[in-house]
Amino acid sequence: MLPVISFYLISAVAIAGAFMVVASRNPVHSVMFLILTFFSAAGLFVLMGAEFLALLLVMVYVGAVAVLFLFVVMMLDVDFVEMKRGFFNYFPMGFVVGGILLAELVVIGASYFSGSSNAPAPREDGLSNIEAFGNVMFTDYAFFFEAAGLILLVALIGAIVLTLRTRDGVRKQNVTDQISRTRESGVEMVEIESGVGIGE
Amino acid sequence: MTIGLTEYLTVAAIIFVIGTFGIFVNRKNVIIILMCIELLLLAVNINFVAFATHMGDMAGQIFAMFVLTVAAAEAAVGLAILVVYFRNRGDIAVEDINLMKG
Repeated sequence: MLPVISFYLISAVAIAGAFMVVASRNPVHSVMFLILTFFSAAGLFVLMGAEFLALLLVMVYVGAVAVLFLFVVMMLDVDFVEMKRGFFNYFPMGFVVGGILLAELVVIGASYFSGSSNAPAPREDGLSNIEAFGNVMFTDYAFFFEAAGLILLVALIGAIVLTLRTRDGVRKQNVTDQISRTRESGVEMVEIESGVGIGE
Repeated sequence: MTIGLTEYLTVAAIIFVIGTFGIFVNRKNVIIILMCIELLLLAVNINFVAFATHMGDMAGQIFAMFVLTVAAAEAAVGLAILVVYFRNRGDIAVEDINLMKG
């Protein structure tokens, strides 16, 4: 009974959070609701027996992506009251598209799953989730794993290249100049006659 | 009473529809649209894990992890583009994105 109750509770929170992401007036609140939705989804993953993915979701999404969103939302100085002005102009359009999509999903699901048994298949090999995960990922999907690493590398470089800018008028240390300085170029020995000085 | 595949698919479908709805409704704010894309990918992930559990096949969870990777990369690059765009225009309204006169 407990899994059933927790499923309905968690999915209700997830759906409500997802809705508030869209409906919230303030983008900072939207990000907070996005975090709530991801936490709930992690709960659903735990209920499905995918503990490793649940932890991954919390770490990657809540720890990195959501904070990135929050960072950008707070950094950009945008008039957010002005932004919501056209909300109800697009409401019917979005409603129609969402309704059609929901209808399609319901029809497909109903036709595909009517009659078939619904119980999840149990793990018979007795491995924990993360062991089973690793067993498959580092054998059958090793190349895909490498490709995922490449994708992250490309995203990393791309984000840096996109946002890097060189500004004029910024006084910076020139490290090469400093290191390549020698005694000869830095110090000048001057013979000064006494009583005359170095004037002229 | 047990929770089977159908319930999870229903939750994922609802989240997916909310994400699509959000993309159509929020025409002013690119950040919300990016968040809606994250919601769509989350719904896809729930589907993947639900099927992986239902069929006892680990490959679904592996692909959910790959989707997670791509979603993280997409968020990073998308937000970088957003920052550059804001720097050039001083505004992030989707309706006014017509620099390329497409």
